[in-house]
Amino acid sequence: MEPVSTIEGRAIPWGAKNVDTDVIIPAHWLKTIRREGLGQGVFETVRAQPGNVFDDPDFAGAPILIAGDNFGCGSSREHAAWALLDYGIRAVIAPSFSDIFSGNAFKNGILTVELPQEQIDRLLEVARTDPVAIDLETQMVTTPFQDRFRFEIDPFRKHCLAGGLDEIGLTLASGDAISRYEQGRAQHLPWLDTATERAA
Amino acid sequence: MASRPRTLYEKIWDAHVVERREDGTSLLYIDRHLVHEVTSPQAFEALRLAGRDVRRPDLTLAVPDHNLPTTARTDEAGARLPIADPQSAEQLAALEANTAQFGIRYIDATAPEQGIVHVVGPEQGFSLPGATIVCGDSHTAAHGGIGALAFGIGTSEVEHVLATQTLLLKRSKTMEIRVEGELGPGVTSKDLILHIIGAIGTAGGTGHVIEYRGPVFEAMSVEGRLTICNMSIEGGARAGLIAPDETTFAYLKGRPYTPKGEEWDRAVEWWRTLHSDPDAEFDSSVLIDASMIEPTVTWGTSPEDTAPIGGNVPDPDSFADPAKRDAARRSLDYMGLEPGRRLSDIAVENVFIGSCTNSRIEDLRAAADIVRGRRKASNVKWAIVVPGSGLVKRQAEDEGLDKVFTEAGLEWREPGCSACLAMNPDKIPAGERCASTSNRNFVGRQGPGARTHLMSPAMAAAAAVTGRLTDVRELAK
Repeated sequence: MEPVSTIEGRAIPWGAKNVDTDVIIPAHWLKTIRREGLGQGVFETVRAQPGNVFDDPDFAGAPILIAGDNFGCGSSREHAAWALLDYGIRAVIAPSFSDIFSGNAFKNGILTVELPQEQIDRLLEVARTDPVAIDLETQMVTTPFQDRFRFEIDPFRKHCLAGGLDEIGLTLASGDAISRYEQGRAQHLPWLDTATERAA
Repeated sequence: MASRPRTLYEKIWDAHVVERREDGTSLLYIDRHLVHEVTSPQAFEALRLAGRDVRRPDLTLAVPDHNLPTTARTDEAGARLPIADPQSAEQLAALEANTAQFGIRYIDATAPEQGIVHVVGPEQGFSLPGATIVCGDSHTAAHGGIGALAFGIGTSEVEHVLATQTLLLKRSKTMEIRVEGELGPGVTSKDLILHIIGAIGTAGGTGHVIEYRGPVFEAMSVEGRLTICNMSIEGGARAGLIAPDETTFAYLKGRPYTPKGEEWDRAVEWWRTLHSDPDAEFDSSVLIDASMIEPTVTWGTSPEDTAPIGGNVPDPDSFADPAKRDAARRSLDYMGLEPGRRLSDIAVENVFIGSCTNSRIEDLRAAADIVRGRRKASNVKWAIVVPGSGLVKRQAEDEGLDKVFTEAGLEWREPGCSACLAMNPDKIPAGERCASTSNRNFVGRQGPGARTHLMSPAMAAAAAVTGRLTDVRELAK
């Protein structure tokens, strides 16, 4: 994953609430065995409607999306994060995110920024005409009009995003602890071991 | 020394912590990993690129379900029929090749035990109480119905579990949903969970693991409990739990992957400790009165858009929250409904009985009881019954349920995810309505422009024979 520091540019002022992952990327796009190319299908049903904000040439290539509450609810499909990334989105700003989506976004270096609704409303207004900037180090969203909105982020996620770290590599460094746990489990909860070797 | 009272979630969590980190995250051991064709190919590919192996193939079980057509899989000579869609065929072939390469048990599309991953796990006894269970699918929450901590993960996490058999997680908050009283006649676990989602909203459980408690769940079958926990994700919770009890143990005993002999006794002894302690505290609590719940359907494009079948399509202006008003207006526009219309006047062209929410034997029995001796209504163009697994299918056929359905004009299919999610040939045409026992009524979920009404198997069966949304209690009389 690419390290994240500052994301700056136009922000698509969408604002929709409860955007589910079927809306982000409909299931027929999920038949791929690759991560790339899903940008074509992102928000397919929304983009099929005339006059939608994604078709506005002002927002072509915009790296930021502004949405409403509960963004990414529904399915666990990581294709939603891959589709946004393939479309060029590097950060989503919303009042709240579904748990699974925010995890998937993080694993792909997409920053999910949670801000209160009134700050989102202000950003939706600014974004129509002006760029927005997000700085991970200072945890700040800024506009050309002195708006400075601080956001919270899990310290581990921040560390991984800033360093572009490989989480699996980090966990594999705990290999001994995992082996010790497995030895204890084999003694105390032995029926949880060798699951698929049990069936006749 | 008396230990602090703990919730069921905390007990399972504590038993699986490999390492606690200073930043508040923990490395959690994963006991069971279910794999299907849609969310795994990129994970296997990444393992190959990094030169990594699967740490515990013995704790991993793979089965295809999402892409598979639900029409016949073999010809009369028993030879496998090709999958028409080349992309689906490629994805299914990738699962078979990946599991072979990494030594993972793979249940083939033509095997008798093939089925929807969340039906197969408990049915095979692969899913056990107190276990941590993950799968690249949000409806993994279902396995909480047998008292497992089960949740959906993304493909990067699938890769992480394949490589390390762990996940790095932060402890969730806990929510108790206590249901008092009894469900009335004709009111099922599906009506209850739809009602609960309507009450807490689709983000109500975000950041939480829900534990469902109270006499209704104690009296409920394992199948019903799986339905309840399955839709926890529709309430925003990554996992739902129901404490394992004698009903659970009786359900699991003798299933292929369960412990046997003395090991079974040891397992049951531990499972009996898996309940929230009397004084355990939850971060939030919701109280529901079961006796107030009627057969419930959805009218909109979010699972929280629920109403009792005796009610009407709501007026968007009746919602206090302006955002909810807008959402309701858009929903009704998509659904082709006007405020105030009686729900029982809404005609349907399609009926889907199936999905990981409602495709177990009990669901099919409930639907067959309504359909028996009746005919599909003439305005219903397409009505399919899709058993959750090959074993459910065989049992239903042994009970003659397939004949009940086909004699009434419903189609009897091969197991799979089918019309739940529009990624295999079973789709609902644009502008048409479907009475569906699945879990999501999102825009386009069952096909572009498809209009979904979620309900119980008995209610979907009632819609099939009357051709409109119907209070099943009128037919059961």
